Amino acid sequence: MKIFVTVKQVPDTSGTVAVNPDGTLDRASMQTIINPDDMNAVEAALTLKDELGCKVVAFTMGPPPAEGMLRELMAMGVDEGVLITAREFGGSDTYATSQIIAAAIDTYGVEPEDIILAGRQAIDGDTAQVGPQIAEKLHLPQVTYAGEIRKDGDVLTVKRILEDGYMTVKVHTPCMITCIKELNKPRYMNIGGIFECYEKQVVTMTYDTLKDHPLIDKSTIGLLGSPTNILTSFTPPQKGAGIMLPGDGKETTDKLAGILAAKHII
Amino acid sequence: MFNSSEIEAFKNVWVFCEQRNGEMMPTTFELISEGRKLADELGVELCGILLGENVDGIAKELGTYGADKVYVYNSPLLATFTTDAYTKIIVDAVEEFKPEILLFGASTIGRALAPRCAARLHTGLCADCTHLDIDLNNYQQFLRKASTLPEDRIERTKSVRLAGADHSVARDLKMTRPAFGGHLMASIICPRFRPAMATVRPGVMKKRENPRKVELVHPAFDLKPEDIKTEVVEVVKAAKKLVDLIGADYIVSVGRGISKDVEKGLALAEELANELGGVVGASRACVDAGWIGADHQVGQTGKTVHPKVYVALGISGAIQHKAGMQESECIIAVNKNETAPIFECADYGIVGDLFKVVPELIESIRAAKAAK
Repeated sequence: MKIFVTVKQVPDTSGTVAVNPDGTLDRASMQTIINPDDMNAVEAALTLKDELGCKVVAFTMGPPPAEGMLRELMAMGVDEGVLITAREFGGSDTYATSQIIAAAIDTYGVEPEDIILAGRQAIDGDTAQVGPQIAEKLHLPQVTYAGEIRKDGDVLTVKRILEDGYMTVKVHTPCMITCIKELNKPRYMNIGGIFECYEKQVVTMTYDTLKDHPLIDKSTIGLLGSPTNILTSFTPPQKGAGIMLPGDGKETTDKLAGILAAKHII
Repeated sequence: MFNSSEIEAFKNVWVFCEQRNGEMMPTTFELISEGRKLADELGVELCGILLGENVDGIAKELGTYGADKVYVYNSPLLATFTTDAYTKIIVDAVEEFKPEILLFGASTIGRALAPRCAARLHTGLCADCTHLDIDLNNYQQFLRKASTLPEDRIERTKSVRLAGADHSVARDLKMTRPAFGGHLMASIICPRFRPAMATVRPGVMKKRENPRKVELVHPAFDLKPEDIKTEVVEVVKAAKKLVDLIGADYIVSVGRGISKDVEKGLALAEELANELGGVVGASRACVDAGWIGADHQVGQTGKTVHPKVYVALGISGAIQHKAGMQESECIIAVNKNETAPIFECADYGIVGDLFKVVPELIESIRAAKAAK
């Protein structure tokens, strides 16, 4: 039994976000982190590994420095990393990205008892599309927004969190589950793990590795193969500075209430 | 044979009409209203696609907001949402009737379903849109208001380079959405494939009545129990009534500033919210600390709100929080720290301890209301 986890290295949007004059993101000047929801997927995989002794393999697509992120995951307990990287894959939208990652997972080999875990969504794009689209390309059932996962034999019972409650869904392996932060609390790297992570294997899959896979075609990957195009990107105008009301006493709040009443806000 | 790149073969605007338990979700009406606008700009019909069990009754409600036609699929297998059954019906329907646009609400259902459909149909999908246009003039007007782009860049949005040639975007759906936690907005198009698909953020589009006689269509369909690979064991509504942040006109949110006395801080926020006729929101820090339920969370990983008034109490204003509330009509911030970033987006700021300021503010508001 294997658990595949898909992870993404993302710019840390909680820090300073730099925007180029042309409205694109200045990624070079930003810190990168492991996408937060993906950490919950990794933790879910490692919890199942602790219980069942299975192998956990992390997949990521990105530029070569993403290998560092895979090593961090290995220091947490992930057994193997797969780095999918090629110039041909650059500029892919969610459709093309899921096509490539699905091809990589399929090349590695999905067996009947395997599980694929993904984070709900990445904080750079916030699309939540790649998980379900990988599942579709691999013809696997999916359960999104998992807040609880239980495994009995080849059946997973997943608590799928909804806006107004939850649903409990049963699904057979192999399947795709997308994970939310309510699922667990990600563990830290441990000292032994940090030493061991450099002895573990990172497999690199390039365009050459995957080019003969039926899902990979120049017309369905990369910028040219992406069904969507960016027409333009822009920054919203900065809101003008507001009014700071001096003081913190009753006369200050009276003044504020007066303004709100005059504007018919209250 | 269905081919998503035969652009000319596709016509009409479709909206996936989400129902739960036989009740239409409010977002559906927002999408029907927005779909009506797009259909008028294209000069085509607006159609709903509704899946459920015995849902003809609620299908008729869609006429109120401007639907010309509703494709209704009734089956016990469709009573509760499953990705497999819903994807199969929608994909089969798109292949049969070929709509040029297909919209979903960006709910936990829409965001599970739409990507799956787009991947099977081989077409593009834009997530969590907050603005949609067909008409190019309207779109460029929108950019003049909502962006800092110079006029020459706005002018250039009329076409894109595709395979070495200029492609006019006049009939393409221009789908605008926030990215990077709201730091950046992007307009996305799907010029080479149909339908152009989008999930739309709930609560953003305005519901507008536009009554017309709606025609219900019941196409034949093929769905077997074995098409569904997941089993829904139970659907449970939250025992506690969840707070409706998205529909609220007034929101009073609390942040780490209440840590000194969490119970009292929440009680003050509640009292102020009651006085305004609103609800209580919270920053991620409060939710993570377990002080308040996750349904109250405002921000990138919580809800995006745009009330008439947003009061931020003891919230420093991290970027993820601002992403969820900066579109509010009027923002009032109370914070002890005068350099808190929340003041950068506040219309009115008071530097002070919320435990002192809020009781005073409640009193002042009561007096101001009484004086009216």
